[in-house]
This record gives sequence, structure tokens and C-alpha cells, in this order.
Amino acid sequence: MASNTKYYDNLTVSSSPHLVTSLDTTKTMLYVVAALCPAAIMSIVYFGIPAVVIIAVCMASCAFFEWAYEKILNKPVTVRDGSALVTGLILALNLPANLTHLSEIGYPIFMPILICIIGSFVAIVIVKQLFGGMGRNFANPAIVGRITLFLSFTAWMSLWPLTNFQKAGVDAVTGATPLGYLADGSLEGAPSLLNMFTGNIGGAMGETCAIAILIGAIILIALKIISPIIPVCFVCTVFLFALIYYAVTGGGPEGQSALYMACFHVCAGGVMFGAVFCATDYVTSPIMPMGKVMFGIGCGLVTMIIRLFCSYPEGVSFAILFMNIATPLLDSFAEDKFYGISKRKKEAAAAEAKKA
Amino acid sequence: MFFKSRHLNSINAGHHKHTAGCATEIMPVPATVRISMSQNIGAPCKPLVKKGDTVLVGQKIGDTDAFLHVPIHASVSGKVTGIETERNAMGGMDTMVVIESDGQQAMDPEIKPPVITNHKEFVAAVKESGLVGLGGASFPTWLKFDPKNKDGVKTLIINGAECEPFITSDHRTMLEDAQNVIDGALAVMKYLELDDCYIGIEDNKPDAIDNFDNMFAKQGINNMYTFPLKASYPKGAERVLIYEVLGKTCDAGVLPADLGCIVSNVTSIAFLGQYLKDGIPLISKRMTVDGDAVAEPKNIVAPIGTDIHDVVEFCGGYRKPPKKILMGGPMMGRAVFSDRLPIVKNNNAILVFSKEQAWIPEETACINCGRCHQACPFELLPTGFADAYEMGDVERLNDLQVMQCMECGSCSFVCPAHRPLAFMNKLGKAMVREASSNGK
Ligand code: SF4
Ligand code: SF4
Repeated sequence: MASNTKYYDNLTVSSSPHLVTSLDTTKTMLYVVAALCPAAIMSIVYFGIPAVVIIAVCMASCAFFEWAYEKILNKPVTVRDGSALVTGLILALNLPANLTHLSEIGYPIFMPILICIIGSFVAIVIVKQLFGGMGRNFANPAIVGRITLFLSFTAWMSLWPLTNFQKAGVDAVTGATPLGYLADGSLEGAPSLLNMFTGNIGGAMGETCAIAILIGAIILIALKIISPIIPVCFVCTVFLFALIYYAVTGGGPEGQSALYMACFHVCAGGVMFGAVFCATDYVTSPIMPMGKVMFGIGCGLVTMIIRLFCSYPEGVSFAILFMNIATPLLDSFAEDKFYGISKRKKEAAAAEAKKA
Repeated sequence: MFFKSRHLNSINAGHHKHTAGCATEIMPVPATVRISMSQNIGAPCKPLVKKGDTVLVGQKIGDTDAFLHVPIHASVSGKVTGIETERNAMGGMDTMVVIESDGQQAMDPEIKPPVITNHKEFVAAVKESGLVGLGGASFPTWLKFDPKNKDGVKTLIINGAECEPFITSDHRTMLEDAQNVIDGALAVMKYLELDDCYIGIEDNKPDAIDNFDNMFAKQGINNMYTFPLKASYPKGAERVLIYEVLGKTCDAGVLPADLGCIVSNVTSIAFLGQYLKDGIPLISKRMTVDGDAVAEPKNIVAPIGTDIHDVVEFCGGYRKPPKKILMGGPMMGRAVFSDRLPIVKNNNAILVFSKEQAWIPEETACINCGRCHQACPFELLPTGFADAYEMGDVERLNDLQVMQCMECGSCSFVCPAHRPLAFMNKLGKAMVREASSNGK
């Protein structure tokens, strides 16, 4: 061997595999943001400047709280993974584009901004970080943020601005959501299904435009970021529940057909948005496919029960929160069935008993 | 073969088959070789030579009385300059026979084609050839050809999937050595009285598939078939391949023979075809040399016992300083600590990665995305294994059936949090084994 040969004796030794995907958490989150873009753009088209401000405030304050909390507690700062931005964006799209209307009823002008910041604080600090940060929260931060705001600032959270197109020719600046009409018992004056599909209705910023949400869903599913199980089960359950309910009770108000009412419930409120973007949150939904099925159906059922039998017109957030809490149960149930855990144990016990 | 309703999960780990078009080059004999005495699963061999002996190519230099083993043969002719104990790639200590080559490559006159008339002689000949599973497992092949339920075994499955990224040596074998593959397979089928033979090949090697199909047609062979597989990882894992070809689920611990088949790597079969003609035992190996730190990636045939360093020198040397050297592919291959280690029988690739290519991002928190579960061919729950391992929860590891894991690495590959899941599965399996040997 030539004496000038250089050997390498301190190579890295590690366990296989030695190659990993480039699709990391950050990229995943960026894809989710991309999928939310159509809904965000449509919210800006329909609601204008207030939408821009609220989206910006929520995203910035979520990212800030994540950074600040981790800095203060000397934890590794994970704000770069983009999950706080996703939370902020989802939270914003769950709020009304309501920047000025509170001052009309006597609140200070900065109040809406403050509300957004409070929502972000609840989402990031209380729901996510206090439970251990990324991957450890038991409930969807944006959903809890929205519920908290809804319960604390009910007045603001139920003033739904009209879209730019609805405003033409009317004096009013706010109006009822489709579900608001329904809760009042009459669909007189409620928007048509077509308007609901395109999003030209009152409601939370990102929830109104079904088409934009569908585009987002297609992006997420095509990129394999989410599995279609939860959204499909969720929406189908809402549809079937409404169809059966109205068929049995003899149609909706003003003699609307059960089919119309089923479509109405799917397009109204947060069903689509919640099914695609909130219920599919990895951390708070089951891993096992069977768990996902039960999760989606559960979300649909709870949503419809709240809508039809409770005093709130809308139930998607509560339904998702409820199912978030049930997620560990669903997962262990699905694991048990899938891997035959208790079945095997029973068989082993039976064999043991036979021997003895 | 249309009864399959579904396929097992697999992933796209990239192909990186840069060397697929590189015809195999024969590496000149190096100045010295160091031949390890433990190159098979089972018992290591004892050296039959001592310092100062002269050896000839193909001469038996290692053997043992233990049951599970194969003999080891000299890959060069020359002088034994030492019997040394050195650290091997796994970190254990091995006996190595160091031979200084005389450059003559004089063949041992004893070597002649084996005379085989029945199954027993066939198994004995395979054992004498020193053949182990060349796909990576290094299980002595003769034992595979001597199943307890010989009458129940009806099918030979040849594994030419080569699903590991980068590696193309099996591909080259199938193109350059196809006749030996066919002859070897026919011999196995004859002496084991098998009905048919499937060669599983990923569909990213259409030339290999066509090549075999043409040869079968030309030679009138009607009980051998090519079996195209979707090019995805890990289609070449034994248990996955059996499922794909036969549609039978092969749990961990079940022998392929119990399902009526024998699975063998295509390079092993090609060697066998060659060996039955000339009787030269397993003394050299075709392998892919690739990675961003190698100047000229290529496919080579190198004598067993050649230093990795010499192999890389033959491929133009290092282009950049190496950071990680793999024996085998990037998904299941072993990272070695030094380039001074010798080539062993089951090496099908030497991959040399520089700092950039060897970099694995840091682990972040699990986001519960379930991709590990979706990637696993057996639909196991790697994230559950990892958590249970960290908690030391043997019962949960058992509940989730950690022992079914074949350590293919798919879960680690897809994890967006870059958790070393396959590694934790290995540790979890070790924990379960330990617990059960302690009687729980
Ligand atoms: S390493 Fe084990 S758990 Fe992970 S994908 Fe492979 S078989 Fe499944
Ligand atoms: S792939 Fe990684 S991040 Fe996703 S669930 Fe499995 S371990 Fe967690």
C-alpha cells in the first residue's frame, strides 16, 4: 500500500436508513398555508381591508406568542416550522371580518384587534404551549381560540358583515348568516345555494366560499398532506343527517325539500372549512384510518345535533373540540381492533384456562 | 397471477440509479486482501491456514464443524502474512486471514465442476461453494435449499427487485449474467422438484424484464416467468415479495418454505449457475460503488477481502472527504466506521457520502401525522413503538406487534419530524427479546 494513502477512520456511524424525505414539518405547514390561500383570497375579495388586517394580526401574533413563550422559557424556538402561522391563519378565517362595527356599539376602536390578539394568545400559549408545544396539545388551538372568543365576545362574534357584493344597494352593513336565518325559523331572505357555494354570504371570513375550500381540499389531498377520510365522513354525515331529519319532519321552513336542506347544511357555516382544515389537524385527530372514520362521523353528528336541537345556530367548532377530546379513545379503540390486541389476550387467557 | 386485490404499502424513496448503464468492470487484484472468517449468519469459521502458507485462488481457508455455516475460500493467490483479530463493521471482533497477493491468480487445481445427481449432493455442493444470501442477509443458502417440508415447496421466487436506491448491481447481473440466472434457477427447480419460478423485477428495469422474457421464449422455457413489481420501496423485502407474487401473508418468523416457496436473490442464483459450470467458489462480488464522494461511480467485481479504500481508489478515489460509508443501500445498509474494512460476501454496494449527502436533519416533535403508519408495508404503528420504547412499556410493544417490524426504514424515511423510528423499532425489539428471555 502506498504510504501516502490517507485512510478515513472516523466516519459517521448511524442506524439505517441513511436517506430521509425532504418533506419535513415546515414544508408540510407551508403546503397547508398554500391550501388555505384560495379561502384567504376569497375572504379578501368579499370583505376587503378588514380581512387583510385580521389575517395579518392573527398570523403575526400567533408567531410572536410562539416565539416569545419559547424564548422566555428557554425552550428551542420552533416558530420556523410554520405551525403557528397555520394556526393564526385558520383562526383568522374563523372570525368575522369585523373591524369597525364594534365601535358603533360603544367599544373602543382598537377592540377588534385586541380580540384577535387575545384569540391568538389562547390558541398558542394556553392550548398549545402550556400542554407541551407542538404535537402535545389535546385540542385544536384555532378552534379553542375561536370558541373562547365566541363565548367572551359574543356580540362581536355574531356581527357578520355583508360581503362587498351584498352591500350594493342596501343600507345595512351587517346581516345574518344562513344558519342565523334558519335559527330564526325562516329562510325568507336567506341567500341562494349558489351564493352559498360561491361564498357571497355573511359568515366567518374563510368559511363562506365553498369553492375555495374545495380547491384547498384538493391541494391537500393531492399532495398527500391529509387523507380524505375525515372530511368525507364529516360532510357526508352532515348531509345524511340533515336529509333524514328533514325527510322525517316533513321538509324545511317554507316547504323546502329535504335535499335542499341537506345541501344547505353542508354549505352553511363552518362545515366545509372545519372538515377540511380544522378536523384534519394531525395532532388532534386519530392516526388509524378506522379512528379517522369514527372521528369524521362524530364531528358530523355533533354538529347537526347542536344545529338542530341546541340554542346555538352553529356547532362545528364545538363538534371538533368534542371529537378532539375523544381522539385518544378513538385511536386506542382502532388500534385494539386493528391489531387484535384484546382478542389475542382473550385467546391467550382462554388457552391458559384450558391448560389449568 | 391476477388474484391479487391489493399491494402492501410502499414509499417512493427516490431511485438514484446513476450506475444502471455502467457495465461491470473487473477490478484488478489488490496487493493484499483481508478475508473475514465470519461472513454468514451462524457460526464463524476457523482459519485452515497459518502465517507463511501459500494459498491458491479458490482454496478453502476457513471452515468449522458447526452446523450453520459455509466455508470460506481464498480470493487471491499468494502468501498468508497474518491471522489477525480486527474490529468488524458491526463493531464486534473478527478473525481475518491476510493474504498478500502474488499477482498470479493461480487457480487451485482441485477446483472442478461439482458432480451432482440428486438433491442431497446438490445441497452439499451449494454448501461447499460458500454461497450465502447475497441480497444482504448472508444466510447460508444451502440450508434454504434443504427445507424440512421439501415436498410442500413448489415455487422458486428470485428476487431481482433491487428496490434500494442507488444500487444497480443486481440489475447488471440480470443483464450481463442472465444465462447463469436461468441455469441456476433450472438447477434449483430440478433438484428440489419445483413447479415454477418467478423472477420479481421492479418495473424501472424494463430491459431486464424484456431480456428474460426473450430468453425464456427462445429457449422454450415455460415454467419460469418474470414478475414486474411497481418500482417502490421495499418491494424487494422477502416478506413483501412473497405477498406480491403469491398473495400470501408472511409474518415474521414464518419460513418462506412454510408457504411453499423459496426466495433467493438473483445474484445468488446467478452465482449458482456459474458455479455448477466451473466449480469456482464464491470469491468475488459484483457491487455498485456510488455516492457523491466517489469520483467515478460504477459497477465493479472485486475480490472478497478487498479494502473499501482500494475499491474507492479503483473508482477514481474520493472526490470529497467521505463522511459516511455504507455497506449496502441507504435504506437498510450499514454505516461503517472506517474505509479500511474489507469487502464481505453479501456486499452489493459501497456508497460513499460526503458531509452534504450524509446529513440527516435533526429530530423534531412528532406531529401525529400518521405517515409512518401509512408507509409501513405491514401497517404497523411506528410512532406507537417509539413512544412505548421510550416509556419502557414492553406490553404495549407486544400489543402493537413490534416483532413484525422488518426494520425496512420506510417509516423513518417518511417521518416529517425525522424521528429515527426504525432505529427505535430495533431497540424496542431488543427490549422485547430481553424481557421474554428474562421470563417477563
Ligand atoms: S421499519 Fe418496521 S415499522 Fe418501520 S416501516 Fe419498516 S416494517 Fe414498518
Ligand atoms: S411520521 Fe413521524 S411525525 Fe408522523 S406520526 Fe409518525 S412519528 Fe409522528
